[in-house]
Amino acid sequence: MKSFFQGLMCLCFFIVAPLSAQVLDLGIISGNEGSLPIAVVPMAYQGKLTAPEVQVADVIRADLNRSGQFRSMPETSLIAKPTRGSEVRFNDWRLAKQDFLVVGRVLDDTQGSYRIEYELYDVAKQERMLGLSLTSRAKGLRDVSHQIADQIYEKILGVRGAFWTRIAYVTANGVGKNIKYSLMVADSDGLNPQTVVTYSEPLLSPAWSPDGRKLAYVSFERGNSTIYVQELNTGAREVIASFKGINGAPAFSRDGRRMAMTLSKSGNPEIYVMDLASRSLTQVTNHYSIDTEAVWSADGQSLIFTSDRGGRPQLYQVSTNGGEPRRLSFAGDSNAKASVSYDGKRIASAQGKGSVYRVSLLNVASGSWQSLSPGNLDESPSFAPNASMLLYANKEGRRGVLYAVSADGRVRQRIVLADGDVREPAWGPFRQK
Amino acid sequence: MKTTARIFVALAICMALVACTKKVKPEDSSNNTGNNSNNNSGADTGATTNPMAGDGVYGPGDLETDSCLRQRVVYFDFDQDSLNAEFQAAIACHAKYLRDRPSARMTLEGNADERGTREYNLALGERRGNAVSAAVQGSGGPASQVTVTSLGEERPTCLDSTEDCWAKNRRVEISYTSK
Repeated sequence: MKSFFQGLMCLCFFIVAPLSAQVLDLGIISGNEGSLPIAVVPMAYQGKLTAPEVQVADVIRADLNRSGQFRSMPETSLIAKPTRGSEVRFNDWRLAKQDFLVVGRVLDDTQGSYRIEYELYDVAKQERMLGLSLTSRAKGLRDVSHQIADQIYEKILGVRGAFWTRIAYVTANGVGKNIKYSLMVADSDGLNPQTVVTYSEPLLSPAWSPDGRKLAYVSFERGNSTIYVQELNTGAREVIASFKGINGAPAFSRDGRRMAMTLSKSGNPEIYVMDLASRSLTQVTNHYSIDTEAVWSADGQSLIFTSDRGGRPQLYQVSTNGGEPRRLSFAGDSNAKASVSYDGKRIASAQGKGSVYRVSLLNVASGSWQSLSPGNLDESPSFAPNASMLLYANKEGRRGVLYAVSADGRVRQRIVLADGDVREPAWGPFRQK
Repeated sequence: MKTTARIFVALAICMALVACTKKVKPEDSSNNTGNNSNNNSGADTGATTNPMAGDGVYGPGDLETDSCLRQRVVYFDFDQDSLNAEFQAAIACHAKYLRDRPSARMTLEGNADERGTREYNLALGERRGNAVSAAVQGSGGPASQVTVTSLGEERPTCLDSTEDCWAKNRRVEISYTSK
C-alpha cells in the first residue's frame, strides 16, 4: 500500500528527439479496388526561401490510400500538375477517371513559416468543395499535411478523419540480458517515432488517456507487474497500482476520471474500476476464472472484457456496477482483447481457431463476424478514433510487426520498425489543435 | 529480476536436465531435448548424492547437488494450469526443503507461450504459479515461504513459433531468493 500512495513523480528516460534508426517502413500490401479515385497533385513550393523537406501531397496521398476509402493516382501517372483551380482542365481528369482532385501550393509565411493553400474539386461537377489555407513551421508540416488529409476525408465522406492522430506501441531490441523494452509514440502513419520510456524489463498494455496527454502502461521494472501513468509532455509519471499479484490491463474511462484494470490481489484476476482522483477501487467481477483486458463500452456504462469462465477465453460484457456478465463472442475457439469502436457498433477481437489467431470484427447489431487479417499470430487490435481503421500486431519469424487495416478489411499496410520487435499497438484519440 | 538470479536459474535448469538424462526420472523428453547448449558443467554434477545427506535434512548445498532439488522447472499443457503428475516428486522435494530450511524463500515464476493475448497470459502464468504453490503446500511446504509472480509470455526461453518452443515456454520456474 505504501508504494500505492507514494504517487511517484519522476523524470525518466524521456527523450523527445526522433530516433533515426527507427524509421518505419510502409507499404500497402493489399489492393483497394472499389475505393474512390482521387488525384492529389504535388503542391509546388512557390516561395523565395528554402523549399520544405516534407512533400505535403505525398503525406496526403499515403493517408488517403491507407484508409481503404480512397485510391490516389500515383504521382508518375498524373497528367498535369496544376497548383490552383484556374489551371485545372477538368475534362483531362474526367478522362483519367478521377472523381476528386486536390491542387495546392506552398508559400512563404511570416518568420520562416510556410503557408499551404489548397483546393479540393469534384471533377464531374467541376465544383470546388474546399479552399483552405494553413500555416505551419517546417517542423509541423507533417502535422499540417495530416490535417489536410483529415479535412479532405471529412468533406467527401462526412466522417471525421483520423490521420492527425498518434499511435503508441512497445518495442523490444537486443537479446538476452541486453534486451531493452521501449514504449514509443509515433504519428498515425508510423513516422516520427519518439521514445516515451525505456527499460530492461518488459513493458506492455499501453493505453491512452482520452485527452491524448497521458499513457497508462504495465511495467515489470519492480519485478512484479505495476501500472503506471505517464505524462507525455513532461515525462512525469505515477504508480497507479502495485498490489500483490497482477496489476495489468489499464483502460481509461471515456471521461478520463476512472480506470479499469485487472488486479489479482484477492488471489484471482478480477476486473476493478479505480476512481483516479480518490484512488478508491470498485470490484466489478468476482469469479474463479481469469477475468482481464477490460475496455469501456461506448456509453461508459459497462465494460467488455476477456474471461475463460466458459472454458476458453471469450468476450463478456458487464455493468461497471457489477452483476452477471453477458457473453458476447460465440465464434472461433477463443476471443480476447476487445477494442470497441467509438460508436459501440463494432467490437474487434483477437480470435483464435486452433493455433491461428486473426483480428476479427463483431457487428454488434447483427452478431456477425468478419475476419480482417490472415493470421497466424495476429493480436492486439486497436480502433482508430473514427473507427475507419485498426492497428494490430503480428509476428514474422521471431519479430513482431504492426499492421494498419481498414475497418472493411480491404486495405492492409505493414508498419515495421527497421529493427527490433514491435507489439502492443494502441491508437490514440483525436488531437486538439 | 536480478541478472545473477537469472543465470542461477538457467544453470539450475541445465543441471537438472543433465541429471534427468542420467537418472531414473522419466521426464517428458520432448520438453527438454535441444535445451542442452550449456552442458560443459555436466561432468561433475551427475554424481549421485543421497538426497537427505546423513541426517535426512536438506541443506543449502543440496540445491546444487541433489538430483530431485535440481529439478526447478514445471511444464504445462496449452492454456492449462493443472499440474502433470510427473512433477509431483520434484515438488515434494522442494516442499521438504522449505520445511527443513525455515529461512529459505521460494519464488515461483509463472510463464506462458505466445499464443493468446499478453494480459491473458499474464493471468495464466499466475495461475500456473499458484498451481505449483498449492502443490508445494499440499506436500507440506509452508505458504509463508512461497511467493508467486507471473511474467506471462514476456520471458520466453525459446523464440520460435513452434510446438516444441511453446512447450518449453509454458512453465513455472522455481528459484530461491533465500536458501
